[in-house]
Amino acid sequence: MMNDDRAKGMRVLVLHAHPAPRRSRVNAALLAAARGVEGVTVRELYEEYPDFFIDVKAEQEVVAAHDVVVMQHPFYWYSTPSLVKEWFDEVLTSGWAYGEGGTALRGKRWMHAVSTGGAAESYGPGSEHGFTVRQLMAPLEATARLCGMEYLEPFLVQGAGRLSGAEIGEWAGRYAARLAGLRDGDGEPGGA
Amino acid sequence: MGMVNLVGPDKIMHHEHFFHAALVYLAAAVISVPLAKRLGLGSVPGYLLAGIAIGPFGMGLLGEDTAEVMGFAEFGVVMMLFLVGLELEPKLLWRLRGPIFGLGGMQVVVTAVLVAGVAMMMGLSWQGGVAAGLTLAMSSTAIVLQTLAEKGQMNGAAGRNAFAVLLFQDLAVIPILALLPLLGSSVEGAEVGVLGGLPVWLRGVMGLGAVAAVVAGGRYLVQPVLRWIAQSELRELFTAASLLLVIGIALLMHVVGLSPALGAFLAGVVLAESEYRHELEADLAPFKGLLLGLFFISVGSAMDLGALGARPWVIAGITVGLMVLKAGVLWGIGGRFGMATADRSTFALSLAQGGEFGFVLVAMALQGRIFGEEAGEVIQLGIALSMALTPLLFLFDERVVRPRVSGKVEEEGREADVIDEKHAVLVIGYGRFGHIVGRVMETVGIPCTVLDSDSEQVELLRKIGFKVHYGDATRLELLHAAGAGHAKLAVLTLASVEKSLEIVRLLQRHFPQVRILVRVRGRLEAYELLDAGVEDVYRETLDASLEMAVAGMRHLGVPGHTAVRAARQFRRHDEGAVRRMAAVRHDRAAYLSEARQSVKVLEEVLRSDGEREIENSKW
Repeated sequence: MMNDDRAKGMRVLVLHAHPAPRRSRVNAALLAAARGVEGVTVRELYEEYPDFFIDVKAEQEVVAAHDVVVMQHPFYWYSTPSLVKEWFDEVLTSGWAYGEGGTALRGKRWMHAVSTGGAAESYGPGSEHGFTVRQLMAPLEATARLCGMEYLEPFLVQGAGRLSGAEIGEWAGRYAARLAGLRDGDGEPGGA
Repeated sequence: MGMVNLVGPDKIMHHEHFFHAALVYLAAAVISVPLAKRLGLGSVPGYLLAGIAIGPFGMGLLGEDTAEVMGFAEFGVVMMLFLVGLELEPKLLWRLRGPIFGLGGMQVVVTAVLVAGVAMMMGLSWQGGVAAGLTLAMSSTAIVLQTLAEKGQMNGAAGRNAFAVLLFQDLAVIPILALLPLLGSSVEGAEVGVLGGLPVWLRGVMGLGAVAAVVAGGRYLVQPVLRWIAQSELRELFTAASLLLVIGIALLMHVVGLSPALGAFLAGVVLAESEYRHELEADLAPFKGLLLGLFFISVGSAMDLGALGARPWVIAGITVGLMVLKAGVLWGIGGRFGMATADRSTFALSLAQGGEFGFVLVAMALQGRIFGEEAGEVIQLGIALSMALTPLLFLFDERVVRPRVSGKVEEEGREADVIDEKHAVLVIGYGRFGHIVGRVMETVGIPCTVLDSDSEQVELLRKIGFKVHYGDATRLELLHAAGAGHAKLAVLTLASVEKSLEIVRLLQRHFPQVRILVRVRGRLEAYELLDAGVEDVYRETLDASLEMAVAGMRHLGVPGHTAVRAARQFRRHDEGAVRRMAAVRHDRAAYLSEARQSVKVLEEVLRSDGEREIENSKW
């Protein structure tokens, strides 16, 4: 029905947040992959706001103009790099993202694309880090929920520091496919 | 040849009398005023005591021309009102209309009625009673404003309300001057200037015309003329023009039979929005101070202590009675207007004396034979003595009343209407640098008092709509006039480091509460200001060059965040290095070693930051 129309062209926004993206093999590859997917907007937060002074209005306009937001970043201290937190603090304002009249994000889909230094086995109960990545990302999930967004399963690249060039290439391919799927409405409730 | 004649012996002889008088007046002031201040009395009683000391009842050092001196010195009151006007922009005056007409009107009417009643009980006719009432309702603008300003109370509720009452009294003098002759046996006005022979309606028209001329001239003529003079960059010429302006207005008003003081006040208000406001204030303040001093000295010397000796109890009773009555009325009014106890006490006690306008009114009443010679003398003495006692009342208020009720001051202190807009921030130099500082502050609601000494720049900025004052801030009086005494921050953005240093020294010496921020061109100038003890020194090129470096690095592909951090790191390091090097720069060897050390440290800092980043960026 209505979703058929939308499903054809979900507008996908990738907000990439890495302090020095060219130094990270994985993130650089993922970023390049995202740029290669048609119909996906890519913004690099650390390049837009190297001094952390976020243009709130501009960010809100960009987000409002998309249906799916992907926050792509390395896993720092079990969370996002600090600029992403600043982005949440400044951009997700009451009356816009939540609270009275705050409906701008309602119905949008939200996904994190995260690279972790530690391998998958180092996360989870009894492991080195003690919690699953999903558990550690609970604040992010709660944020999306409060804003009325559909929180999607994160796209995880783990053990990122030890991946071979070929493996990185594979991950980049999977990422591009995932983004293309989001654009085409994959997994959309009631969608294709 | 002219020179020789001018200062020839006969000329000096001719002026000897003048110099003698000047010597006596100045010496008396220089000796007694500091003494009085040391005793906590303020300058006014100092001058009064000096007058008594050199007057006929003291050492008798003065000739017969004291009346002439007093007449001349009254000009100080004219100047004071001009300056008061300068501080009062029309919209501020408009905001004060409530207190002026409410408080002031009630004070004059109630006091006049009560005094008239007492005077009639003491045997004056009703006309005499009314005249005495109106005369004694006046308070001393000169003493009260001077003392309140010296004690820093002009901005408090008490100071503001006292000012409002005084202003109403000054306004009321005009109709009173017109009314008094009607009470007397001689119908014609006592002193209406050279127009005395003209019919009343024509005099009225002339008066209105003169007022209109002052307003229009102040608005459209004075400004360009002052600008033209300012461009000559001769400081004394500007002073001369300021004096010319006030004297001209005073004479014009005198000619048409209006109060010169009020005319000057009006001109002041008209010019309050001019960019030359602070410069005018600074130029005239010393003249005002000296003339007022002279005025108080002559009041002191003219006090007829003989009459006091003859009837000490009557006069003491009348003086004390007058002050109690006036203070009582003021206390009551203050209560009705909801003033806090401490403010109410200051308000009541500060205005409880007779005023200089009282002398003028007594003289008129005597001329019109509204009351007798004897009553006039008693009233004059009452005014003079109450003026002399005023400092004691201030002291009483300050030492006895305020400490007892001070606990309540904070709680009861009500929302303030500010009389003079002295801002917390003083921006000195409003060129391409200063105006950015000022404008940024304004965006977060911090208003600035802005001074610039380039008259063309000032004119331009005012055309655009900025509120900028013309003036050379290396002058202490100008800093005073611009409110440095109340300021928290001084932002110096002048191109000349010499001037900045001069102003820094003035501020440090006279306004130690002010935090000073200075713009300098580069390192060498920064050293000088750091040496002078300024901590907030801003090199004008530093941030722009760092921004440029960041942009350059980013164009070359360095990640934005890396570039910004490198620039910030450099900045932090360099600010420290400048401060360290300022300390050793006179020792060449130490300076060079510090410089080498500094470069090495910087390299290390940047390298370790880079390593940290690489470590962080593996995934």
